[in-house]
Amino acid sequence: MNNQRRTVLKSGSGAALLGMLAAAGLIIPGMALADWNKAAFDAKSMADALKALGAASPADSKDVQVTGPDIAENGAVVPVGVASSLPNVSMVAILIEKNPNALAASFVLPEGTEANVQTRVKMGQTSNIYALVKSGDKFFMATKEIKVTLGGCGG
Amino acid sequence: MGNPMKIRAANKDGVTEVKVLVSHEMETGQRKDAAGAIVPAWFITELVAKHGDKTVLSCEFGPSVSKNPYLAFKFKGGAKGEKVTVSWKDNKGDSRTDEATIG
Repeated sequence: MNNQRRTVLKSGSGAALLGMLAAAGLIIPGMALADWNKAAFDAKSMADALKALGAASPADSKDVQVTGPDIAENGAVVPVGVASSLPNVSMVAILIEKNPNALAASFVLPEGTEANVQTRVKMGQTSNIYALVKSGDKFFMATKEIKVTLGGCGG
Repeated sequence: MGNPMKIRAANKDGVTEVKVLVSHEMETGQRKDAAGAIVPAWFITELVAKHGDKTVLSCEFGPSVSKNPYLAFKFKGGAKGEKVTVSWKDNKGDSRTDEATIG
């Protein structure tokens, strides 16, 4: 079996994909800033997602806050916020441990944008939510458990 | 092209708070329709917010961001009357850009 040919084909299609992404970025200038991190979003587990984000072992920090309800009656719409008082925060990510793909969203914060974002996520079941924050070159993390009740009677 | 986004931008004490409500299905690719076939994933992958020409936030979303995504963030600067532009792109290559005036 010609293994080298396989490799060449593989890398060839990878390059073509990158080219497509770049072309798509050209249509909307500025979009190229955020090349969708497929590896991170495809990662099934927390550990894989963190690795794909380049944050293999983030430290727990009290300076990162995750906000959200203690109990979410509707897992399809769970408001989640991340705030941090750490300096030079350049990246924030929200991860949901027990979702099929752990990473829900990541935010790149240029200088001048405050480390305070809110959004809404879907949750398949009761799970810990992790907020990952990049401050300088280091990663910090905080967690919060959100219970999802499917019955709708509020538990 | 999706439906228009709702964007509110308000400046207070030199900090502009932006709230965005995007209109998008955000299909996860996990659901099945009545016939048992998987509904293909359809979700926003990238969203960029700009103040004038300066990018103030760029996000990457996975399918587990809720339907009709909501987003709120704050950036320093911005003045009444200036524009904030938000653009998104989904995994089907669709995109949309809307703008709002800081109030």
